[in-house]
Amino acid sequence: MTSSLFASPEDVRERLAAGDYLADAHIATTVFLADALGKPLLVEGPAGVGKTELAKAVAAATGAGLVRLQCYEGLDEGRALYEWNYRKQLLRIQATPEGQDWNETHDDIFSDEFLLSRPLLTAIRRSEPTVLLIDEMDKTDVEVEGLLLEVLSDFQVTIPELGTVAAERKPFVLLTSNATRELSEALKRRCLYLYLDYPTPEREREIVVRQVPGINEALAEQLVRTVATLRALDLKKSPSIAETIDWARTLLALQADTLDEAAIARTLGVVLKHVSDHGRAAKELGLPDAELS
Amino acid sequence: MALLDRHVGFLDALRGAGLPVSLAEGLDAARALTVLDLVDREALRAAYAATVVKRPSHRPPFDTLFDLWFPAAVGDGAAGPPPERPAKTAGPRQPDPLAEAMRERLFDLLLDGDEAGMRQLVREAVAAFGQSPSAARPAWSTYAVGSALDPRTLMAGLLRAVLEGQERGGLAERRARQMLEDRIADLNEMIVSETRRRVAEDKGTERVAKVAVRPPLENLDILRATKKDLAELRRAVHPLARRLATRLAIKHKAGRRGRLDFRRTVRASLSTGGVPVRTFHRPRRPHKPELVVLCDVSDSVSSFAHFTLLLAYALREQFTKVRVFAFIDNLDEVTKYFAPGVDVGDAMKTMTSEADLTWVSGRTNYGRAFELFAERYPDVVGPKTALLILGDARSNYGPLALSTLARVAGKARRAHWLNPEPARDWDTGDSASSTYDKVVPMAECRNLAQLGQFIEDLA
Repeated sequence: MTSSLFASPEDVRERLAAGDYLADAHIATTVFLADALGKPLLVEGPAGVGKTELAKAVAAATGAGLVRLQCYEGLDEGRALYEWNYRKQLLRIQATPEGQDWNETHDDIFSDEFLLSRPLLTAIRRSEPTVLLIDEMDKTDVEVEGLLLEVLSDFQVTIPELGTVAAERKPFVLLTSNATRELSEALKRRCLYLYLDYPTPEREREIVVRQVPGINEALAEQLVRTVATLRALDLKKSPSIAETIDWARTLLALQADTLDEAAIARTLGVVLKHVSDHGRAAKELGLPDAELS
Repeated sequence: MALLDRHVGFLDALRGAGLPVSLAEGLDAARALTVLDLVDREALRAAYAATVVKRPSHRPPFDTLFDLWFPAAVGDGAAGPPPERPAKTAGPRQPDPLAEAMRERLFDLLLDGDEAGMRQLVREAVAAFGQSPSAARPAWSTYAVGSALDPRTLMAGLLRAVLEGQERGGLAERRARQMLEDRIADLNEMIVSETRRRVAEDKGTERVAKVAVRPPLENLDILRATKKDLAELRRAVHPLARRLATRLAIKHKAGRRGRLDFRRTVRASLSTGGVPVRTFHRPRRPHKPELVVLCDVSDSVSSFAHFTLLLAYALREQFTKVRVFAFIDNLDEVTKYFAPGVDVGDAMKTMTSEADLTWVSGRTNYGRAFELFAERYPDVVGPKTALLILGDARSNYGPLALSTLARVAGKARRAHWLNPEPARDWDTGDSASSTYDKVVPMAECRNLAQLGQFIEDLA
């Protein structure tokens, strides 16, 4: 039923790198295992370290289609799994020719034609290779987790009127969470787990160089070292990889070729987004204060 | 030991350290081993981490145990036996030539950030210096290795080498210092784990595992936290607050739905031929209590007070109003130091220096604090208020002011007392825990897990 997407952790790494996603050995091994064991992969970590990007990169690297379920508060079965198209069913009933048997109509309106397939069902019914991304899982209510359990452990969906739909081909499932709420043990048990943290300066420099063409190596080095220094401070919100990249782009646009105190003071807003963090960074790094106050 | 025995022993040790590893997860781990190339130790680590560690706070104990159960080397490893050292002669200040040579290598390794090289050096250094020769039985010590290599003293030279003539004291130095400190921290970590590995070889893995593993952060006793733990705990407060806030918000919404929104329901029914297939409801008005915190900030519980105040403030949006009073043997309102956007670390500092908290002795006096509170702020506690008292209930045998406290607590919607001491220490010495417990229900709150649970029950 499954055919693996990847041959080895090294293969994962190379193919993700070809799509400009630099995975370290840990990420590569975990992705490989999720694929080889056919288990969903739960990715947690601070905002902006590339959790969603990982799913996109896996899809791109394997040529699989990406089906995305964006979670939000109040997400329900009808939005996540499937829904009957009431309006069309009503129309069909109203348009029933005189004398048609009710049973026939009944069978007719609970058929595939009237089924609105939502991301989870879509992912399961696809026969091509599929990456199913369930994004920001922690935003949903606890009930949705229960709904996911059947999908994630058996890769099947039960529709009372139609029967059970089993996956023709197990999708590669990736769930992301910012840990604003602890996910249930039952869900975690069914998943492999990957905690994505801020990268080492060395890896971050590679990412910056890869993502921001035209930046020179020396500036990238200064940049990631500064970001590492900022992360070591006790900030409300540490800068994420995404923000490092934004910063690099900003500096490139300003044609700054070195990251000194003045340049940081001018552009700090790109990476730090709280007033108290600004104050703290200015104090600790000895930035000229005039720009900030 | 066969691989299977290792696997089972390792899982058992993880459970012993408080990680909830289920049978299914253990099977997943075993299955993962079959598809991986086991020559690569880091791949093995990744496989176990992905299958049995499902919480970031469980990662440090996992890593410690992994290094013990799947050591990187056996004995002296590939390095061979330690080189012969010339017997130590006169003068303890005499630099050891072997140590000097290693320090020179270390200098280059730290400068390049060569992790594999550092690991190799640490292995040799532990083999050479780790065993204190004086002890009757061979004993391994990180201290001996640390003082032989003494990476801190290399710092000045390293900084000079990195900066290469750039001006000192500025941003460039700050960056370089951060980089080097990170590397030295890594080095120290390597020394500890290498020494632990050698100890485990002598004494058996299980025994070392029992003492080596620290509890995960959320189970760490706040009163006993070290300085490093405190920094980590402080970092954990914000995510915890965010998590609690979301959960509280969800809990509020999960109750009965609000009144039917007639207009929207009818409007929506038009698209289904006038049949109201789906009903709409007005959102419920959220219930937001006021929170009044009375907090003992004397030295014995200061680290605890710190966290609880941080958390209370992080949870501001869950409460319409938060007012905080701190006391030792005098009481003062400290709410203003925690205005939104203020850096909490600074706020704690200004609070201790500016607020008027001590009266005569500077020793905690609960009775006087409660009397003062009732006298000066009689209107603060009302029927919508949740009153929270934080402290160890150790009043230095002073007055307790039970009736005053009972009156104040009676006015509040509810009142709670959080005590950071373990329940078995209550009522020992000058602790008046059970006396106060009769007036205001007291709960043991020693770690983040208990604190989180309490806040959830409160709102």
